[in-house]
Amino acid sequence: MSGIKKTPLNAAHRGLGAKMVDFGGWDMPVQYSAGILAEHEAVRNKAGLFDVSHMGELRVVGKDALKYLQYLTPNDVSALSIGQIHYTAFLYENGTFVDDLLIYKEAEDEFLLVVNAGNIEKDFHWALEHVKGFDVRVTNESDATAEVALQGPLSEKILQPLCDIPLCEMGYYYFRHGKVAGVPALVSRTGYTGEDGFEVYVPAEAAEKVWHAIMDAGSPLGLIPAGLGARNTLRLECRMSLYGHEINDTTNALEAGLGWIVKMDKDADFIGKKALAYAKAQGLERRVVGFRTAEKRDIARDGMSVVQNGERIGYVTSGGPCATVGANIGLAYVPVAMAAIGGKIQIDIRGRAVEAEIIPTPFYKRKK
Amino acid sequence: MYPADLKYTKDHEWIKIQGDGTALVGITHYAQDALGDVVFVDLPEVGDQLTHGDEFGTVESVKTVSELFAPISGAVTELNASLTDHPEYVNEDPYGKGWMLKLQISGAAQADLLDATAYEALVGSESH
Repeated sequence: MSGIKKTPLNAAHRGLGAKMVDFGGWDMPVQYSAGILAEHEAVRNKAGLFDVSHMGELRVVGKDALKYLQYLTPNDVSALSIGQIHYTAFLYENGTFVDDLLIYKEAEDEFLLVVNAGNIEKDFHWALEHVKGFDVRVTNESDATAEVALQGPLSEKILQPLCDIPLCEMGYYYFRHGKVAGVPALVSRTGYTGEDGFEVYVPAEAAEKVWHAIMDAGSPLGLIPAGLGARNTLRLECRMSLYGHEINDTTNALEAGLGWIVKMDKDADFIGKKALAYAKAQGLERRVVGFRTAEKRDIARDGMSVVQNGERIGYVTSGGPCATVGANIGLAYVPVAMAAIGGKIQIDIRGRAVEAEIIPTPFYKRKK
Repeated sequence: MYPADLKYTKDHEWIKIQGDGTALVGITHYAQDALGDVVFVDLPEVGDQLTHGDEFGTVESVKTVSELFAPISGAVTELNASLTDHPEYVNEDPYGKGWMLKLQISGAAQADLLDATAYEALVGSESH
């Protein structure tokens, strides 16, 4: 029961000189010898390989799988074709987050849900709590599944020679089954970095083989291993939400800026719908905005207060220096009245009220 | 990694006490490694009086921020201006190009400064 959890690639990370940290109960690489900045740049310009085996995989199978997921999640699962993926969430009745997740449609009666590492048990229980009345079976495949994310503009060039799926035909947020380095794999064109790239799901026991095959194929082209530190700065530049930061059980989907996954007019009732419809009708009180500070020294970090006349009126959910944007940026909850682009807010940085400008997001968008 | 001619603090600063009553101050190899890529060093002004043990600045890295504590009392006589454009010197050469400031020492060196052997034992016990 006790003890920190390890992915099947733990020894590989240590062999590469990774600096390991406890990330939600998992012993994960925060960076390798190159460092966060170099790993961030590699993903933007060439490629980086991430171990994301800590992520959870839940499988939903059965005659009522679609009906069940339509009820359990706010996005419109009926719009997915087989081989397609979308971003969605588990919401509580009050519209706040159990977790955010991806749904992969495997077949008309089968879906794969990819959830956050720290929430696997909670999500699995949540899913099981709601199966009553539906002809579905939910299984937790997390321990048996490893996942690596190959991200960056050279990803297709690196992966294709190892993979029997024609990757050039695979669109963004689509997936296929095939082989990678001879190992049965699910390959999807997805990621958490804002770059082109693939996520490769393989049996846990084959993780090292696939990791080394991709590293060996990509190293001559500039591929380097990348850790959670770079994963965070990359996702922040693209304004992708992180559970525990922009979203959690105190923030609702609308104020988090994720109204686009809430399909009020889909042909199904879903958990959280009533509360979100009410919140929308009432008007939001606060929402997430992107901001930038002007001075190099003014780096806002997660948890710092947004202040007005000495009072806390909001808080920073994520923040830090971001290399590609070349500025100190962040995301914060602020009152809706102050959320307009170009507006100014004050952030309490270790006792100093520092001015920040609200700017459009995403902070970074790749050239197509 | 921990030169014998320097003294160290348990907060991971180093100090080089020179014969002329001045001292150079920076952070240790262990500290820069724990911080990762340094992006900004916030230092006091020339002329400021530092008191042993007080916070005198911060080091910001990509992932975190850390306070700096004065290893000795004294007046700031010089800052390493090159860190403004090259904060990465703190990572690349923490005892050389990554020095942070120079002090005119006031009063005696404190007994709580560690020698290289004692400091290495300290960080050895912190890193598992």
